[in-house]
Amino acid sequence: MDGIHDMGGMDGFGKVLPEANEPPFHEAWEGRVLAMQRALGYAGAWHIDVSRAAQERLPPQVYLTSSYYQRWELAMESNVTERGLADADEIAAGHALREGKPLMRKLTPDLVQQGMTRGSFFRQAQAPARFKPGDRVRTRNIHPRTHTRLPRYARGRVGVIERQHGCHAFPDAVATDRGDDPQWLYTVVFDGRELWGADADPMVKVSIDAFEPYLDPA
Amino acid sequence: MQLRVRALESVLTEKGYIDPAALDLIVEAYETRVGPHNGARVVARAWSDPAFKQALLEDGSKAVRTMGHESRVGDHLVVLENTPAQHNMVVCTLCSCYPWEVLGLPPVWYKSAPYRSRAVKDPRGVLADFGVKLPKETQIRVWDSTAETRFLVLPTRPAGTEGWSEERLASLVTRDCMIGTGLPKKSEEVR
Repeated sequence: MDGIHDMGGMDGFGKVLPEANEPPFHEAWEGRVLAMQRALGYAGAWHIDVSRAAQERLPPQVYLTSSYYQRWELAMESNVTERGLADADEIAAGHALREGKPLMRKLTPDLVQQGMTRGSFFRQAQAPARFKPGDRVRTRNIHPRTHTRLPRYARGRVGVIERQHGCHAFPDAVATDRGDDPQWLYTVVFDGRELWGADADPMVKVSIDAFEPYLDPA
Repeated sequence: MQLRVRALESVLTEKGYIDPAALDLIVEAYETRVGPHNGARVVARAWSDPAFKQALLEDGSKAVRTMGHESRVGDHLVVLENTPAQHNMVVCTLCSCYPWEVLGLPPVWYKSAPYRSRAVKDPRGVLADFGVKLPKETQIRVWDSTAETRFLVLPTRPAGTEGWSEERLASLVTRDCMIGTGLPKKSEEVR
């Protein structure tokens, strides 16, 4: 969706402000949010793209005024209720009022090491790769109302395939519960001027990792 | 927010979906063990061992797995070598994708709107915010992490470090230089 999360190229947010000696968490609840997300992912409650999609659906004013972990919490609450894992009255009460639903598995202390390792996103190819390194491609001008990983600033632009990363689960499908729909994934590199116009720094190149359905030959 | 998070945790625990003891261990791991020192070891090894460096550039995940990290590295880690001709810088404009297993949790600035919005359009300006100025003839290559590939920058080995041990080399490697918003420390900054 064309949401506020897709901020590449926007002006007006000001300078980047690094924080010296930043702690892993600024408040204890941030760690709980992160860990809950991990545990629910391990349990198979939903995929990471479903979590991203829920954050993207937050109203823009909420998205911009919430911290990173606040957004995670809000997205987690939406997914928990939308997927029927708990109801709003239970979250409001801070207690379960009804039985839970069965999940695939549960992250227990002995499994934490395993639960913290990222899963693989490689999937069995359904067709041969359409592109190879060196090919010129144009990204599609698409505006799905649902989750996509093709940023707005890189739509309808001509670039070159630089790397092929194998066949991966396709986030646009996963986020809408349409299965993995495996797609080839490529690094596509653009000249800065193709993205930002003739006045842009000629010594800048920008790449995205693009799934094959985002691309046409150019 | 603290109360709200506690409410959700209680509900999910009582429903049987999560185990708070497992949550404690995850938090502890990120607070104590998983951090940029993991990535610094990878960089130092690449600086000292040409065969490892080549393996790392060919398949980052596979090469890092041979090092026995605290947190095992999943697939799709891609290592980007800085050269005098090209400086690499990593961003995730759409959310905040970051190579957690080798760098730990992303800093707040990496997840912030200023960085996510500007890194792809004005990378030289962003580098200036970090006090980094590169020669005009150095190409800046920005990698937007739009899929599950994760990027780690392999910075250039600083001059005057010939014969240094891997441990000493690792002390030159900052988190920011592995994201591409910084450069490694100079040899005289480390004893």
